[in-house]
Amino acid sequence: MASATAVLRSEWTKIRTVSSTVWTLASALLVTVGVSAGLCALSNATFDDLPEPERLTFDPVLISFAGLTLGQLAMVVFGVLVVGTEYSSGMIRSSLAAVPRRASFLFSKIAVAGALAFVVGLATSFLSFFLGQALLGEHSTSIGEENVLRAVVGGGLYMGLIALFSMGVTAMLRSTVLSLGILVPFFFLVSQILAAVPKAKEVARYFPDQAGSKILQTVPNAMNSDPAPYGPWAGLGIMVLWVAAALLGGYLVLNKRDA
Amino acid sequence: MIEAVGLTKRYGAKTAVYNLSFQVRPGTVTGFLGPNGSGKSTTMRMILGLDQPTSGHVTIGGHPYRKLPNAPRQVGALLDAKAVHGGRSARSHLLSLAQLAGIPARRVDEVLGVVGLQSVAKRRSKGFSLGMGQRLGIAAALLGDPQVLLFDEPVNGLDPEGILWVRNLMKALAAEGRTVFVSSHLMSEMALTADHLIVIGRGQLMADMSVKQFISANSADFARVRTPDTEPTQREKLVTVLAEAGGQVLSEPDGALRITGLPLPRISDLAHGADVRLWELSPHQASLEEAYMRLTQGAVDYRSTDDRKAGLMQQQPPGYLPPQPQPVVPEVPQQGWYAPPPPGQNPYAGGQGPYAGAPAPQPPAGPPSATAPGAPVSGGPAPVPGPAVPADAPPVPQAPPAAAPADLSKNEDPR
Repeated sequence: MASATAVLRSEWTKIRTVSSTVWTLASALLVTVGVSAGLCALSNATFDDLPEPERLTFDPVLISFAGLTLGQLAMVVFGVLVVGTEYSSGMIRSSLAAVPRRASFLFSKIAVAGALAFVVGLATSFLSFFLGQALLGEHSTSIGEENVLRAVVGGGLYMGLIALFSMGVTAMLRSTVLSLGILVPFFFLVSQILAAVPKAKEVARYFPDQAGSKILQTVPNAMNSDPAPYGPWAGLGIMVLWVAAALLGGYLVLNKRDA
Repeated sequence: MIEAVGLTKRYGAKTAVYNLSFQVRPGTVTGFLGPNGSGKSTTMRMILGLDQPTSGHVTIGGHPYRKLPNAPRQVGALLDAKAVHGGRSARSHLLSLAQLAGIPARRVDEVLGVVGLQSVAKRRSKGFSLGMGQRLGIAAALLGDPQVLLFDEPVNGLDPEGILWVRNLMKALAAEGRTVFVSSHLMSEMALTADHLIVIGRGQLMADMSVKQFISANSADFARVRTPDTEPTQREKLVTVLAEAGGQVLSEPDGALRITGLPLPRISDLAHGADVRLWELSPHQASLEEAYMRLTQGAVDYRSTDDRKAGLMQQQPPGYLPPQPQPVVPEVPQQGWYAPPPPGQNPYAGGQGPYAGAPAPQPPAGPPSATAPGAPVSGGPAPVPGPAVPADAPPVPQAPPAAAPADLSKNEDPR
């Protein structure tokens, strides 16, 4: 039986020796930071034109994470590719022949990729925050203010959890194309649209991304957003439950199905 | 040692493998044969614990694969050569596998050398040819220096040098006392490599025996007998005598007789007793391929049909004559192709009776001896060459020795 450290080392080798890792993580960081910075600069310039309710609930922290909606898609792609390429390339058979225990294979892979996603997520979120505040000028806040550190660390956790969720879903679907085809439209369109439709948002607020992103707000109902019946940490908790369900599902599928 | 007991795998309504029991012993190369879709790869995957058997079990050294302590050090497998992330270099791929088993990176460079891929070790495997991919797969199987090796179609896409290398590698691994289990479609390759055969068809065991046994059990060795062409009555007489003695007699298109069920000396005695002269009496043994075809012909799932080229055949320009099979051609090359020319008509044999027993005349010149011994080998059970390849037919008469055309035209005169 291959030891746990051996499997972890092997997964680390796998992840660092493909260029898709660098590309997806780099674009997650650059897109998030870039778009957020742009929106911060724009809000600063047009602050007085904002409608009354938005001005009153203006959240300088949330606005500095505005690029996350787009940047999280790169995280989704990263999560999907890490698991999905094992299936699409057929490498899964070599891997499982070498690590006959499914759990140790899957969870080592997820641990390595997840840790990497958290590190990149935290870097993204701190960069995004500080650059955003610098551009917000007089409307900015500082990391020392109440709830701000929670939101910034939460942003990193959110990105890591998105990647983990994608890995779990891909392990269940066993296909890169199928997983991307479901996850990207879901996070980019379905979830966002449903969250804006009156009745549907009662359900949509429990979707992983909607619930998890509450951690980014420092002002209640910031920027005229949907008031949620749960707090920021409870929201992140809901997201963690989604992630746990996806990973468990992925493990059960891997254990049950033939490779 | 690999041991399968009552192995069965169903995919929905389709049974891929049914009640398969066999043992693969160490120290020999065991070939695993079967038509496409007969369940070879499924069986291999079940051995490796990738697929769970519906019923029955398979063990390696007494343990099911998933419970094997440090599996990669005990079992090496080549299942699918292209099962590699295309964006990863050959060396990184092997390194990730090596790390799983706690194999040092030094060993990775070693096996890259063994399979001859050192020069492309840093290249992405996406650009590899099938043969290079196959070598990479073999390298992965050798990584842990395992006692049990499984190879699924290892010579696919390899060049002749590579095929020879794989053949010697298999033999060397087996000679070191390892268990080597190889599947292949290439019968000629298996005949050279394997000592023992396991043959399956439609997921069921059809044979489990040594290559020698397999050939003699599944092929009809036969004797070819030729009587003087000039005396057809002798031929009929011999047919009657042989049939009475319990032999089965088939007539070959060129007038020779194919006899099964009687040993050669007995045929000679019977002919002598009936006062029939023989121009040829030669033993013929079928190849592994023929034996395999005989055994599996009932178990082939995917059989090709004639291509009728519905409406797609191009109209030839007016005035063009397609290569018509000239009426005389099919008969002549058959004779030259199938069997050595009858000794009486072979100018080199000098028309001497005593040569009749020796199928291959031993002329001093190279070309005739090159064609003559080749003939019995290619002369399988079916008289295909003539009608099957009319386009190729014309060159054939030219292929035999320069003296042959004269000889063959002479041949037509008496008929």
